Amino acid sequence: MDLKKKTLRETINTITNKHLKKFKTFVFGQNLLGVGQVDNTLPKNLREKDGIIDLPMADVAGGGIVTGAALATGSRPFYIIRYQGYNWFNMIFIINYACKSKAIWKIPCPIWIRGIASEGNIGPVAGSAHISQFYKMPGIKIFSPINSEEYLLTYKKFLTDDDVYYISEHRKTYSNIKTGKNIYYKKPQITLVLNSITRNLSKDILQYFKKHKKIEIGVINIFKLKPFILTKKEKEMLKNTQKKIIICDNDYADGLPSILASKINVISNCKIEIMGLPNKTAGHHTKKDVLPPNSSEIIKKIKKILL
Amino acid sequence: MKKILLSALYSASLCREFENKIYDLIHKKKISFPVYFSAGQEYVACSIGAILKYKNIKPMLFGQHRGHSIYFGFGGNIKKLALEFRGNEKGITYGMGGSLGIHSEKINMFGHDGFMGSNVCIGVGASFATKKPSIIFMGDAAFEEDYVLASISWIAKKKIPVLLVVEDNNFAITTSKKERRDWSVKNISKAFGIESYDVKDDPVHIHKILKNFNFQKPMLINVHTNRLFWHAGAGIDNPNIFDRLKIEKKKLGMNGEQTYNKAKKEIKLIFNKLYGS
Repeated sequence: MDLKKKTLRETINTITNKHLKKFKTFVFGQNLLGVGQVDNTLPKNLREKDGIIDLPMADVAGGGIVTGAALATGSRPFYIIRYQGYNWFNMIFIINYACKSKAIWKIPCPIWIRGIASEGNIGPVAGSAHISQFYKMPGIKIFSPINSEEYLLTYKKFLTDDDVYYISEHRKTYSNIKTGKNIYYKKPQITLVLNSITRNLSKDILQYFKKHKKIEIGVINIFKLKPFILTKKEKEMLKNTQKKIIICDNDYADGLPSILASKINVISNCKIEIMGLPNKTAGHHTKKDVLPPNSSEIIKKIKKILL
Repeated sequence: MKKILLSALYSASLCREFENKIYDLIHKKKISFPVYFSAGQEYVACSIGAILKYKNIKPMLFGQHRGHSIYFGFGGNIKKLALEFRGNEKGITYGMGGSLGIHSEKINMFGHDGFMGSNVCIGVGASFATKKPSIIFMGDAAFEEDYVLASISWIAKKKIPVLLVVEDNNFAITTSKKERRDWSVKNISKAFGIESYDVKDDPVHIHKILKNFNFQKPMLINVHTNRLFWHAGAGIDNPNIFDRLKIEKKKLGMNGEQTYNKAKKEIKLIFNKLYGS
């Protein structure tokens, strides 16, 4: 697979196709065979006989059915949760059964869960990332790959592991081919820790500050969320950041970014600022929406700190 | 038929005697975690276990609270369950599953997590994916859970080879059916398109329904039964409650008495070894 030319969407599509054939398994989820086949991440020609199983009933039941299928077959099924807001329903039996099965009964129950986050525009329950509510639970691993390389790396890891994997996908990253890389400085004034859709903003932010030669802004792109893994180089930069570490995400500020802040705080004495979703309920109208930070807001924040 | 009746009595007696020992241990404060007794309801699972043993069908089993009778009814290892109550690594679920999380590869019994009725969704998924026959046991209150109803609808739609067994003891912890709903399990299940029956926990009646059932299509039986003890723990709701096991033992006369005593002796031996006399 030539990942350098593939969009994330194409890579997910290819992986799904191969996985179904290799393991003779299933992709479960709600309304999978409708128009768009989940934003074209599912192979178009596949139907129920090929393992694409629509679960049109109560969302809670869906999670249980997937767990049962994984448990009894060991065939590593996929489970698509079309909006992460529906994690509240869909994850109950996943978290309390599939994720605990290995510890209680020594029966692993590996499932590849694709939770898709939208970036606003869909009202109060389905508009953002919702990971923090089950981040604390044992038996689950969480990743948020936003390019083909990261996605394939995570998938390969899943094949050699027997835990439940939650893949936090972000609708606006499906067209990604190239994504921004980490920017390292020995002693940056600011270090941006970017997760999910906010990773797509790094280019604009860095471009803006290019004219300010004395400003050094480090960038750390994260996608291995649980366990939260940072490289030695990343840890070193966080430790040596001078003014502030800013964590940006599409989850509520009191959710995942706060959890990550507490982990980063162990590494660095630098003050940490969080730019996630504000602590309010989203409305349906654009004016009332609750959105992740955009590049202008992040630039404004950096300017306030440095200039 | 007599073989089935004696087999059902034997496993029900093992279960009763086992639970009597556990009941004592709770009173002596040697067990402090929640225990969900099958006492009074043993004949549901034990009758089905005996019938299927005779038919040589070994389904996947999905139980929940009050699952001891499933374990005994389908031939689970007694010593391993006794060790489980001691939190022993050699216990049936290594001391992790306790009373409601019994899991046994030997009898194809899958553990339960504690959410009322979650085993229905999980059992449906397992049976759908493998196309293997399953029995899903639940209480009359579990049947009221939304995800249970959704799963049952799917069983009917996809013709999944599942026998749904509702152990209807009338109570959701302490709330009786008449306080909870004005509909019957049988009628709801029939409305989904599943062949459904109401039946007493009499093994002859259960046999009559199941003798020709081969998991070619789904079926539900709502079995009316009685629990002798509280929802959880060692306590009695009503000392005059109907006890199926006593009746069946009496019906089988001398054979019944001998069968019960054999089970009692077996349990006594195991507990004496583990806990002393």
